[in-house]
Amino acid sequence: MARLIRTEKEVEGRYTEQWIVVEEDVLEQWPAGPRGIVGRAARRVDGHERARGQATYTADISLPGMLHAAVLRSPHARARVKKIDLTKARETPWVRGAIGPDDCHVLEREPSFQGAPVAAVAAQSAERAREALDMIEVEWEVLEPLLDPDEAVRRESFTDEPRLYARGDVERGQAEADVVVEGEYRTQTVLHNALETHQSVCRWEGDTLEVYTSTQYIWGIRDEVAETLGLPPDKVRVVCHFMGGGFGAKNSPGDYTFIAIALAGQTGAAVRCALTRREENLASGNRNSTIQRLVAGARSDGTLTALSGEYINAIGWDGFSGPTYGPMEMLYDCENVRTQTFGAKLNTPPNAAFRAPGFVEGTFGLECVLDELAAKLDLDPLELRRRNYADHDLVEGRPFSSKNLLDCYRLAEPHWARRKEVRARSDDVWKRGVGLASQVWYGGGGPPSYAWIRVGSDGRATVVTAMQDIGTGTRTAMAQIAAEELGVPLNQVRVELGDSARGPFASISAGSSTTPSMGPAVRAAAADAKRQLIEIAAQRYHLEERVLEIKDGQVISADGGSWPLEEVTGLLEDAQILGKGARGPNPTGMRVLTFGIQVAEVAVDVETGEVRVERIAAIHDVGRIINPLGAKSQVEGGIIQGLGHTLSEERLLDPQSGGTLTQTLDAYKLPTIADVPEIICEFVDKPDEHLTNLGSKGLGEPPIIPTAAAIANAIRDATGADIHSLPITREEMLRALRAAEERRREPERVGAPPA
Amino acid sequence: MVELRVNGHAYELDAPVGRTLAEALRLDLGLTGTKVACGEGHCGACTVQLDGVPVLSCITLLHTVGGREVTTIEGLAEHPLVDAFVRADALQCGFCTPGQIVSAAALVESTPQPTSEEVRHAMSGNLCRCGAYPRIEEAVVAWRG
Repeated sequence: MARLIRTEKEVEGRYTEQWIVVEEDVLEQWPAGPRGIVGRAARRVDGHERARGQATYTADISLPGMLHAAVLRSPHARARVKKIDLTKARETPWVRGAIGPDDCHVLEREPSFQGAPVAAVAAQSAERAREALDMIEVEWEVLEPLLDPDEAVRRESFTDEPRLYARGDVERGQAEADVVVEGEYRTQTVLHNALETHQSVCRWEGDTLEVYTSTQYIWGIRDEVAETLGLPPDKVRVVCHFMGGGFGAKNSPGDYTFIAIALAGQTGAAVRCALTRREENLASGNRNSTIQRLVAGARSDGTLTALSGEYINAIGWDGFSGPTYGPMEMLYDCENVRTQTFGAKLNTPPNAAFRAPGFVEGTFGLECVLDELAAKLDLDPLELRRRNYADHDLVEGRPFSSKNLLDCYRLAEPHWARRKEVRARSDDVWKRGVGLASQVWYGGGGPPSYAWIRVGSDGRATVVTAMQDIGTGTRTAMAQIAAEELGVPLNQVRVELGDSARGPFASISAGSSTTPSMGPAVRAAAADAKRQLIEIAAQRYHLEERVLEIKDGQVISADGGSWPLEEVTGLLEDAQILGKGARGPNPTGMRVLTFGIQVAEVAVDVETGEVRVERIAAIHDVGRIINPLGAKSQVEGGIIQGLGHTLSEERLLDPQSGGTLTQTLDAYKLPTIADVPEIICEFVDKPDEHLTNLGSKGLGEPPIIPTAAAIANAIRDATGADIHSLPITREEMLRALRAAEERRREPERVGAPPA
Repeated sequence: MVELRVNGHAYELDAPVGRTLAEALRLDLGLTGTKVACGEGHCGACTVQLDGVPVLSCITLLHTVGGREVTTIEGLAEHPLVDAFVRADALQCGFCTPGQIVSAAALVESTPQPTSEEVRHAMSGNLCRCGAYPRIEEAVVAWRG
C-alpha cells in the first residue's frame, strides 16, 4: 500500500524534510554472497556502444536547424556593467539571436566572479558565435574583489549561516588529555574537468520544451527549468542517454541551459550551448578550498578526549558550505566534539558538489591530526583508530543500520604489516613509508524512486526508468538486479533510461545514491513481473503458483517440470507483462553510512621533494556488491582522482585580480596513466540487513575520501615530516621536511649546555 | 576542397580556413565517435590515425590532410581492442574511450606485445577523468584476449 510519510531525505549530507509517498518493500533480501548474476562480475551492458563511439552523448546531439551559442563572461572578478550594446552583434550576418542581462535571469549586470555570464549570442556555428562576442560592446566599472577567506570571515561575508556543533565539553576534554595536538590544514580548490563539458541543447516542440543535457539528475533539471519558466513540469522533457562524466558538478541546469532556452525562444530554433574547456575550468563549479584549524586531545592509552575544528570553506560567490566537519563529528567515539564552520562568500567562481564534498577535505585534516597524535603517543595508528571505534552514531544517537569498519581494519592488517619491509627499502635519498586513513560517508540512497519492467512474448525484459548512467555502470547493475530477480540470463534484459518523458521518476546520481535508491525499485518491479508470469504459467500448466519458479529462463515446477519461459510469454502475442516497483523507506531511527580504510605506500626524494605513490590498498564496506568488476573500477577511479587532488591538481588564482590562471589541461594537471600506482581493492561485501531488499549502499564517493590523508600519513611515516597543505607539491614537501628537521634540532638546543 | 580517405572511403570536403579535422569528421561526415573534450590538443579524446600515426584531430587543420588516410574509431569498430576494453572494464563514462582505443590500436600495430611500461608511455597523452587507467593498461596489454 502506498503510504504518505514525512521523512528526512539526505543527499551528500544535506538533509531536508519532505513528504514522500512510499510503498512498503515486501521482498526478503537475498542471502549474502554471490548469486547467479548479482555479486558476479558483469561486463558493461553498454560497453561496446561506448567503446565504438556509437553512444550518443549530449555533445553528439545535432537537431535540424540547430544554432550554437557562445557566452560573454566577465573578465573581471567583480565589476558593474555600466553599458551594454548588443546592436552590432545582432547585425552580424551569421548571428541569429543575442541576449543580455534583461533577457535571461542568469545573465548578470553585476558580475561577481571572473566567468560570470553577461551576454550570449546564437549563430550558425560555435566558431561564428564566439567571433560575434567581440561585437558586443560593454563598458565595465571594475570593482575591488574580495578574495581572502579569512578576511571574508572577518567581514562576515558568508554564503550560509555559520554552523556551530557541539557535544560534551571540549575544554574539559582537553584538560583531561595527556597529549594535545593542534594544527592548521589547508586544501586547495580543484576542478571537476569531466571530459564532456557542461552543455545543453534546447528546443520547443509545440508547447513542450525539450532539454538534451549532460546531467546527473534528469528530474531535477525538469523541475528547476519548469519552475523557473513557470511551466507545468511535464511540459519540460529532459533527455540524457549517455553522459560524459559529472563528479557532482552536473546536478543543476546551470547557466548554459537557461541561455540555450532563452536563445531558442528568441530564434525559434534548437540551440546548443556547450562550455569550452576554458569556461569549464572557470565557471562550472569546483571543490572549494578550505582552511581547517584543528585540535585533538587523547589520554596516554589513546582514548580521544577532545576534538575541535574551525573550518573555513572558501565557497566563492555562490554554492553551498559542505560538511567539512562531517568526519570529525562522525568517525570516532569521542564524547567532546566542537566544530565551527564558515562558508566564505568571495569574488571567485561558485563551488559545486565534487565527489564527497566536504568529506574529502575534512578527512585529510582529521586523519592527519590523528596520526600526529599517534606519533606523540607512540601508538600504532591503526590501533589508535581501533581504540576509538564508534559502535553507534554519536551525532544523532542512533544505531547504525550496519557498520563493518572493524572488518575493514582486519582486512587492512596484511597491507599495514608491510610497513617494516617498505621502510627498510629506504636509502639516503628515497625514504619509504606506509600510512593509512579511515573513511566515513553517507550513501544509503532513499525513496522516492520507481522502475517499470516490460516482458514481451520473446521472453526478453526491458527495464524502464528515467534515471541516468553517468559512467558509474548503473545501467549494468540494474540489468543484473532485474535478471537475477526475474530468473533470466543477463543478456535477456535491456535497460532503457535517460528520458523524463519515457519512464518514471528516478533518483539523482549524486551522493552515492543511484544503486541504493534505484536497485531496490528495479528488483521490486522484476518481482512484480515474475509474479504475473508465474500466475500465467500456473494457469497454462494447471499447477499451483507456489510450486513454480523461474530460473535461467525456464519455468520450473517443484515436481521437476521445466518449460522455456518463451513458451509462457509466447502466449502473449503482442501483449506484455508490466511490472512496477518502488523504492521502500530507509530504516527508521537508524543511521545509514558507508565505511572504509586505505593504506598507502610512498617514496619521497628528500633532496628534491618528489613524492611517488607506489601502492594503495582500499578496503570498503558498502553493503552488498552488485557487480564486483564495476565496483573495482569505481574504487580505482576514486583513488586516482584522489591522487590528483593530493599531488598535482590545483586551481590557481591571480591574487590581485582573482582571475583563474589554470583554465587549460596543460596548466591544470590531471593524473595520467603513467601516474597510477598499484591499486588493491577489497570489499567486506556484507548486505546491510536493515537497508532495502538489496542491502546495497553506494560506492561512487567513498574511495576518494581517505586517499589524501593516507598518502600524507605515509609521507610522515617515511620522513617524519607533517604535511599540512594540499596539493603536496615539491615546495610543500620540502617545507614539511625543513620543519621536521627544525623540530628534530629543537630538543638538542634546549638540552645543550650554555656556551 | 580537400580530398582524403576516411576509414577506407574517399571524400571530398570543403576546407575553409581554420576548419579542423575533428570538425570535419563530426559535423560534415557525422562520425561523432571522435570526441572533442578540450579543443586545444591537451587531452587526447579526439585522437585519430593519420596514415596509421595517432594525431590530435582537434588541432589538425583539414586543409593539411589532403590525400591522407584517416582512421577513426568507426574504422576500428571490429578491432580486438574494443572487446579487450569491455572485458577489462577499461571505460566508465566512455567519453575518452574512442581516443584511447585509437591510440592503443596504433601502439599494438607497431608493438604487438606491449609491456605495461610501453602502454603507460604510449597512452599518457590520453586523459581519462574517471580514472579507468589500471583497466586500460590491462586491456591493452592483453588485447588479443
